Amino acid sequence: MALTQQTSPHARQARSTSQLMLWVIVLTMPGLLAQTLFFGWGNLINVLWCIALAIGAEAAVLRLRERPIKSVLKDNTAAVTGLLLGLALPPLAPWWVSAIAVISAIVMAKQLYGGLGANPFNPAMVGYALALISFPVAMTTNWAAPMGLASAPGFTETMGIIFPGQQTTIDAYTMATPLDVYKHDITTRMSAEVTGHPTFGDGIARGWEWVNAAFLAGGLGLVFLRIISWHIPVSLLAALVFMSLAFGTNPDQYTPLSLHLFAGATMLGAFFIATDPVSAATSHQGKLIYGAGIGIILYIIRTWGSYPDALAFAVLLMNFAVPFIDHYTPPRTYGHKKPRRGLASRTEAR
Amino acid sequence: MTKLWDFNGGVHPLPNKHQSTSAPIQQAGLPDQLVLPLQQHVGSPAETRVQPGDRVLKGDCLADALGSMGVPLHAPTSGVIESVLKMPVPHPSGLLDWCIVLIPDGEDAWTERHPMTDYRSREISQVLARVRDLGIVGLGGAGFPTSVKLRSPGDKKVMTLVLNGAECEPYITADDMLMRERAAEVVEGAQIMAWLLKPERCVIGIEDNKPEAIAALQDAVGDSGIEIAVIPTKYPSGGEKQLIHILTGLEVPYNGIPADVGVVCQNVGTALAVSRAVLHGEPLLSRITTLTGQALAQPANYEVLLGTPISHLLARARLNPNRLERLIMGGPMMGFTLQTDSVPVVKTTNCVIAAAPGELDEPPPEQPCIRCGACAEVCPMELLPQQLFWYARSEEFDKAEHLNLFDCIECGACSYVCPSSIPLVQYYRFAKGEIRTQRIEQLKSDQARERFEARQARLEREQAEKEARKRERAQAAAKAQARKAEKPDQGQPSKDDRQAKAAAVQAALARKRQETPAGAASSEEPAPKSSGEPDLKSLRLQLAQAQEKLATMEAMLTEARSAETDNREKLERAVTKNQDRVARAQVAFDRAQAESAEAANHHD
Repeated sequence: MALTQQTSPHARQARSTSQLMLWVIVLTMPGLLAQTLFFGWGNLINVLWCIALAIGAEAAVLRLRERPIKSVLKDNTAAVTGLLLGLALPPLAPWWVSAIAVISAIVMAKQLYGGLGANPFNPAMVGYALALISFPVAMTTNWAAPMGLASAPGFTETMGIIFPGQQTTIDAYTMATPLDVYKHDITTRMSAEVTGHPTFGDGIARGWEWVNAAFLAGGLGLVFLRIISWHIPVSLLAALVFMSLAFGTNPDQYTPLSLHLFAGATMLGAFFIATDPVSAATSHQGKLIYGAGIGIILYIIRTWGSYPDALAFAVLLMNFAVPFIDHYTPPRTYGHKKPRRGLASRTEAR
Repeated sequence: MTKLWDFNGGVHPLPNKHQSTSAPIQQAGLPDQLVLPLQQHVGSPAETRVQPGDRVLKGDCLADALGSMGVPLHAPTSGVIESVLKMPVPHPSGLLDWCIVLIPDGEDAWTERHPMTDYRSREISQVLARVRDLGIVGLGGAGFPTSVKLRSPGDKKVMTLVLNGAECEPYITADDMLMRERAAEVVEGAQIMAWLLKPERCVIGIEDNKPEAIAALQDAVGDSGIEIAVIPTKYPSGGEKQLIHILTGLEVPYNGIPADVGVVCQNVGTALAVSRAVLHGEPLLSRITTLTGQALAQPANYEVLLGTPISHLLARARLNPNRLERLIMGGPMMGFTLQTDSVPVVKTTNCVIAAAPGELDEPPPEQPCIRCGACAEVCPMELLPQQLFWYARSEEFDKAEHLNLFDCIECGACSYVCPSSIPLVQYYRFAKGEIRTQRIEQLKSDQARERFEARQARLEREQAEKEARKRERAQAAAKAQARKAEKPDQGQPSKDDRQAKAAAVQAALARKRQETPAGAASSEEPAPKSSGEPDLKSLRLQLAQAQEKLATMEAMLTEARSAETDNREKLERAVTKNQDRVARAQVAFDRAQAESAEAANHHD
């Protein structure tokens, strides 16, 4: 009688990492759809290109590291990194910008640290920040103009812009982002004049408001399906709101709150990027601090820094703080009067 | 309605309880042999009091309790003791342990029983002794000696007596069926326990997925004042710490016991056993065990004699051997797989699952932890399982302990939800085991170090004393040397020399006297004796003095040699001189001794 020997528990909830990642991918679709509707084919092409690159780069490193390739790729995490970069990069970014971003994300930020679970920094944001610093113009000012404001390139035209890197005609299709415009114009003009700029449209920020709303909807789906906990997005957005109300209520001086929430990468960042569990804080309290930190840094750089948006920097800076946060925010264990904060001391271990 | 609290986390695995609740409790019958491990409880194993060949009656004591945590073991039926030997016992490692093997005679003849229906008029200690002497332990899981828990904690008052009928683990229905069918006896047991502990409140906690058991108990409690608390179904609400929190809002303190917060928790099956022991004088001889799993044609609950081999039970529940893939003792969340069906049912065996292929989880290969925190969400102890895993895997045990590793109750909720299918509980068991081993080794090495240090200190002390003596002698010798150098004629050695010479002369004189005629000798009889005796004595003294001197000089020489000092040669000469002196003294002494002996012969 050959009886199976197995450690308890003998029952398991069937929800694997690969399925979780698949859900993340599915729930970014509303945002991608909105991006495609309002900014053309660029993001969709970038997403596919980045996913393909990410999987290729991951497979190549796994081969070099002599690790199983198929089973690791099946966890879908490389695809998610590629996807997030594709969503975050400017729609008309040339192929080599996205290639550099994706390869540095997968190879440097993820695999060189030991692969999934071992990376201290959010890989997608490492790639993004690298591209942002290396190619500031391509990354900030050249965002595709919202539909209806400029002649929108068709699918083949977009392919032509992204792949051969024929950036000569790009100015015809691009425009500075609302966050960028407001930040720069408000120094010389009044709020009413600034928002007269076509990029703001009739609502908060033409196109952007819908993209952010779509990511918000997808993100609420993540929370609802318990794929992420509410702590990071809520504290991130709450911190952003708090900062805006505390420091920048005058729209003639500062970017208004509505723009902070519904322009730029806010919702994508709050629900899909900052919540990367590997590089985020662990406990509930830690997540609240981590999210709030991102919100505060995001506001500071957007307001007083030289970049119009700052999600990547905010996330990376808080990634640095994660081990520290984790040491000081363990939950109070049942039966203990208070949580055991700080590092283990030798005497205690005895 | 009882006020309830919620505990952190928890999971909702598929209950799979209906399979074993459709039929009433069955009798498992008498197997060919009963294998009774001497340790079926927490505490020291029982000490056997029977010999192979002994005939015993049902209820006879087979092994005595040892120590305050011990419980005795009784014969579940009448028969003959076949042997006492090491056999496989229910343990994850397939451990062998001492067991008494009893061959039933089929008569099931009882020994004399002593019901204690008037327990309320007895001393509490008498009733407690009864509970202990009849081998009652906690039947819920750990097998903690019941009498120890029922002893009033002295300084603290017991506010709440909790009866655990939650039975939160999937598949297991032993307590459910027991409450349905024997509710009255459970309540009697609860009343006995309440009489022993005098709590303000006695409450039975049951999960809301057991409506029949709840109804039966509600009938049984009547107006006895015992509360029935129906709690939401959530694993692991039946964990002692969790149930106490659900029912009282209190937490058992770290490193403490429930009594520290005025709570005592007992399993409902234990209550029944207490009632049988006190009211009927019956020792713990059998228990209700759930037999379930798709490899069985008749899954049900069985009343099983302790020591019944699992194989007998499986046959009784009509096992299809071709379908058997895994044999689990306990539930699917915390139970362990058995390597053989020859192990016996013990006091803590609440369930045996004979699983068919595909019935239970076949975990996919472990993937990296993505720190998703699902484990922390479900942890009923509010630990950080992913951090514990990280530290356990990298063997940073001090950090794991810092994050309260030892508070883990190994309920398996974390592993249950882990999307990377990491066997987290196994990592914690490993870390706990390693830490315990390290502590034992640490203790051993501490003791060894203390022993070594004590020995080292003793050796050093002895060495120092020796040195001190040596130094004193050396100083004395140096002083003597100095005196000798000042007045060479009056030096001690020359005095000795002269004395030795004088002695030799005296000895010679004595010899002469002895050679004189016998008559003269007889008249002068006392003379040689009186002169001979001090003669010998002084010679012996001189010899000793010379020897001591030589030793001193030799020691000084060794010291001088090792220190490479200038006076080495001088000392060498001094030693040679002293050696000669000793030799001379020796010769003189020997001669004197021989002569005095001769003289004595003459006189006789």
